[in-house]
Amino acid sequence: MRTPPTAERDWNLLFACWLVAAASALGSLFFSEVMGFAPCVLCWYQRIALFPLVLILPMGLFPFDAKAAKFALPLTMAGLLTALYHNLLYAGLIPRSIQPCAQGVSCTEKYIEFFGFISIPLLSLLAMAATTALLTIVIRRSH
Amino acid sequence: MNRKIVFGISAVALVAAFIIASSLYKTQRAKKLGFMAQENASTFVRDHSPIRGDDAAKVYIVEFTDPACETCAAFSDFLKQFMVAYPGKIKLVIRYAPFHHGSSDVVKILVAAKKHGKFWETLDVLYASQAQWTEHHQVIVDRVWPILERAGLDVSAIRAGMNDPEINRIIEQDLADAQVLDVRKTPGLFVNGKPLDPFGAREFRELVESELRANYPELTR
Repeated sequence: MRTPPTAERDWNLLFACWLVAAASALGSLFFSEVMGFAPCVLCWYQRIALFPLVLILPMGLFPFDAKAAKFALPLTMAGLLTALYHNLLYAGLIPRSIQPCAQGVSCTEKYIEFFGFISIPLLSLLAMAATTALLTIVIRRSH
Repeated sequence: MNRKIVFGISAVALVAAFIIASSLYKTQRAKKLGFMAQENASTFVRDHSPIRGDDAAKVYIVEFTDPACETCAAFSDFLKQFMVAYPGKIKLVIRYAPFHHGSSDVVKILVAAKKHGKFWETLDVLYASQAQWTEHHQVIVDRVWPILERAGLDVSAIRAGMNDPEINRIIEQDLADAQVLDVRKTPGLFVNGKPLDPFGAREFRELVESELRANYPELTR
């Protein structure tokens, strides 16, 4: 049985979305469990949005069901907003006084800076933007 | 079917990459620290650091500790067992890592007590009474005094000595070294420069015993 080309493309997009989510989840676990960086409060909110994607998206891949994108999108959008806020905080564009993480690890603590600008919050923002974009395309096309 | 294979291979590849990266990172770190222990030993032991054990001992245990840290208190008895089991072969170096709220005050008490030669007694008393002067991981330093008094320590001398600005410099130095050595949690333990990773009592025993065997070949017989 040949699947129609559009469904083929959408499967690939959903699969790409899962790849981004799975790689980000493992990367995030690498930072916290292997390198020993303690995740701050905002990081945890983003992880809450990210980790379920790794398990939910494959349910929409086998058998292919474009609706999975609809169910996953609220998570990536919540993650995207949190990541956006986190990056603004990290860059100092939002004053520290209103940040919610008074206790524990500071959300502006700088752990890594690849090439001088790629920080952990930026990696999260990129992953959230990529997954949101991919899911949006799948939803648009399935209508 | 084809899709399932693609998915399966990707999943396995991702997990494999994670495992390989983890082990590479750990070997790299152990190597870096081992090198540093030889070339830059002062990062592990400063002149101000309290040291217990025989001067000739060849196995150095460096512990970054926070007096308010529960695991450090629990680990302290465990450490003592090794010192007793291998007399003259193990040296214990204490470094300060006051990560808890208010812990620096307790470290100041320890440094002041060290000046009067009462460091280890004070540390033991503080560990044993920890639950009484900490609440929700915060230090309540006023509760420490009566405890030290009851233990027979010279509280007025400690109080007078703990405000020496030199002590702040010592704490800053230890925190800076902790950062260089990637110590983010306490107790941060190193045996002859090798970090205890993963953390655990069994892992620690294995690390100490392997260093003992390497430095005292007669133990293997």
